[in-house]
Amino acid sequence: MAIIRGVLLALALSGLVQGPMAWAQQKFITVASTTSTEQSGLFKHMLPVFEKKTGIQVRVVAQGTGQALDTGRRGDADVLFVHDKAAEEKFVAEGYGGPRHEVMYNDFVMVGPKADPAKVAGGKDILVAYKKIAESQAPFASRGDKSGTHAAELRLWKAAAIDPQTGKGAWYRETGSGMGPTLNTASGMNAYTFTDRGTWLSFKNRGDLVIVVEGDQRLFNQYGIMLVNPAKHPHVKKDMGQEFVDWVISAEGQKVIADYKIGADQLFFPNARR
Amino acid sequence: MTSLWDAFGAAWQLIAGFDSTLAQIVGLSLQVSLTAVLIATLIGLPLGATVAVERFRGRQTVIVLLNAMMGLPPVVVGLLVYLLLSRAGPLGSLGILFTPTAMVIAQAVLITPIIAALSRQIIEDAWREYDEQLRSLGAHRFNAAMTLIWDTRFSLMTIVLAGFGRAAAEVGAVMIVGGNIDGVTRVMTTTIALETSKGDLPLALGLGIVLILLVVLLNACAGAIREMALRRYG
Repeated sequence: MAIIRGVLLALALSGLVQGPMAWAQQKFITVASTTSTEQSGLFKHMLPVFEKKTGIQVRVVAQGTGQALDTGRRGDADVLFVHDKAAEEKFVAEGYGGPRHEVMYNDFVMVGPKADPAKVAGGKDILVAYKKIAESQAPFASRGDKSGTHAAELRLWKAAAIDPQTGKGAWYRETGSGMGPTLNTASGMNAYTFTDRGTWLSFKNRGDLVIVVEGDQRLFNQYGIMLVNPAKHPHVKKDMGQEFVDWVISAEGQKVIADYKIGADQLFFPNARR
Repeated sequence: MTSLWDAFGAAWQLIAGFDSTLAQIVGLSLQVSLTAVLIATLIGLPLGATVAVERFRGRQTVIVLLNAMMGLPPVVVGLLVYLLLSRAGPLGSLGILFTPTAMVIAQAVLITPIIAALSRQIIEDAWREYDEQLRSLGAHRFNAAMTLIWDTRFSLMTIVLAGFGRAAAEVGAVMIVGGNIDGVTRVMTTTIALETSKGDLPLALGLGIVLILLVVLLNACAGAIREMALRRYG
């Protein structure tokens, strides 16, 4: 093992693979975040502002919230920026990180085919829509990947007193992948699906899909940010990581989030408590 | 159908526009895969040559294993390397997860068996042919192996190029160990995966066309080398 370690270290130090890239000496932190924030383009809009101000490069690894929390648990990220409050609070309670700060919210929407076989379009009650879909057995594409969006979707099935597993493989189809691939699948098979608004707004391959249900209080989607616990993982860059957390919930960071728009639509609404 | 034409349009725009982000992504792809193929060759070639000329117990098992490992699923290799390099893993203290170095390691693991297994076959075939000749010259196995490597160098080069093709085309392993970080570990294949998930299929396919062009260029090189080899050895 010592030999392997030596070889790898030599390889890493040799700069063999770093070549022309100037980031070798740059200060950076690693942030595990969700596909919704990355794919909506928020980070591309937000991170250059922080980097310019502090000189700290933020490297974002976009995963589902479940996987991102696990990345934090293993100590492979310095900061987590995710959206599954229950799972985040569990993460903090287990001592893996925190304190957790609320950052911003947007909402989930249900999208489905224009033909609307389950007759749910225009509804304001998401639970009624879920019941109609289950009754009509219209195809529904689920993330099935333990992401924040998947967790929210499952909570709503539970609230509607429906066990979607009974329709598994028939009308309830788990894609086991990110929001984008799931939307691609839904678009391909004209299925209903449950998505965060940010990913939907930036998604291009919509086919016949449109928003069918939105505006229900229960569709609230809160994002949180937290530092991974340096006591558990001593290599966590706690100063730079904390600087990023503080900036995101500062007046300046919050304004940058509010400023991000696709067309006329604001994607995320800052709501940090300062 | 329109998507397909859009894709060719997107590919053309990507190439003609010489976008600096794209150039950086292509550059990183080449850098990572070339380094991986270099390491895999330095390990795989001597390994293949040794198995080809040496006779030892369990040799047949080693050959079967090498051949089977040519089909290693990239995502499994990615997961293994991820668990090794993760902070919670045995090599975590290096802190190289989510860096190009981690991607090089994953690709090297993936293609070393390909280079070892195929070079073993080629060198062994040559060894059968020249066995007596080399023996009569009093060559030791080591010297014989070196001679055979030199004699079959053009065929071996094709193998190295095949290894490169496999490395440059895979997405499963580099996605897991690299994390597809913008400007740091984002390569051609992970960019294609990302644009696909954004639903920008023409751009994704356009990038795919650029990648295919690179592979075609590579195969043209392999073809030219083969031609040279054939002309030389008839």
